[in-house]
Amino acid sequence: MKQVVPPEVQIASRRTLKGYITGFLLSLLFTVVAYTLVQTHLGNGHAVVSNNILTIVIAILAAAQCIVQVVYFLHLGEEAKPRVRFLAFLFMILVVTILIAGSLWIMNNLNYHMMTPEAINKYVEQQSQGGF
Amino acid sequence: MSQTPETQQAKAAFIASKVGLGFWIYLMTDLVLFASLFATFAVLRNNTFGGPGGPQIFNLPYVLVETIILLTSSFTAGLVTISVSRANKRLALVFLAITFVLGLSFVAMELSEFSHLIHDGNSWTRSGFLTAFFTLVGTHGLHISIGLLWMLVMGYRIFKKGLTVNTIRQVTLLSMFWHFLDIVWIFIFSIVYMIGVL
Repeated sequence: MKQVVPPEVQIASRRTLKGYITGFLLSLLFTVVAYTLVQTHLGNGHAVVSNNILTIVIAILAAAQCIVQVVYFLHLGEEAKPRVRFLAFLFMILVVTILIAGSLWIMNNLNYHMMTPEAINKYVEQQSQGGF
Repeated sequence: MSQTPETQQAKAAFIASKVGLGFWIYLMTDLVLFASLFATFAVLRNNTFGGPGGPQIFNLPYVLVETIILLTSSFTAGLVTISVSRANKRLALVFLAITFVLGLSFVAMELSEFSHLIHDGNSWTRSGFLTAFFTLVGTHGLHISIGLLWMLVMGYRIFKKGLTVNTIRQVTLLSMFWHFLDIVWIFIFSIVYMIGVL
């Protein structure tokens, strides 16, 4: 029987080493930058930026690294039309967002409404320190 | 019944593209599984019940080494795909072996981290935070272990059968699985460890 090359492999043969090296170096860079930021932040006693800002920065770095790996390692952008995989990927992002944001929203709301009287006093005190 | 090579090739291409898509859909649903564990971790992250929190138990340099090992193994898994597409069986086996060793050292480091935590009395029974931590990181480690098993099988099959249509397709799916696990680890590294120690 004649050997047939599956389309995955036909696409793969067009892939170059350069793409993988680019993806690897970029991922390494993002990882080390996130690590260095956190270590510096802990080293200077949370002085320069607040925890909230650093959390957002690290989340952005993670999302950027995710995109880099999806593009350079999983080759999502090379798909021929109709882009079924890309659609499945987008739908998955929607489900994940609803799942995580929804869980946090519901549970925080539940915590807020189930506070003990002492916890309410503490909460009001904390809020008033920031100014109403 | 006779078939021309063209129709047979088209048929095989159609089947292969369906297999690739099916595996992609599996990866997406697996990501939803991880998302639910991430959501659990995010909800329970402060429920330490008087026990230690992230800053007390996480060793950042150790986690950075783990991360770089897994990232490198994801890169070498990509090199396996490239060697396969250039029909270089020996190079494919060498890179598969390197990926396996890196993956094995990652699992060993993770198990060592777990055993230290349990030894110090911080097992999954200690608090809600630790339950969520062990479930999330442990599920990822389980996936990695299954990937390692798959690599052993693939290495044996490529060694025995060479680069046939079947082994090429399977090793391509294996490297997709491995890249996917590295992407999940990025989020464990960022959300559990980096944001967890702030």
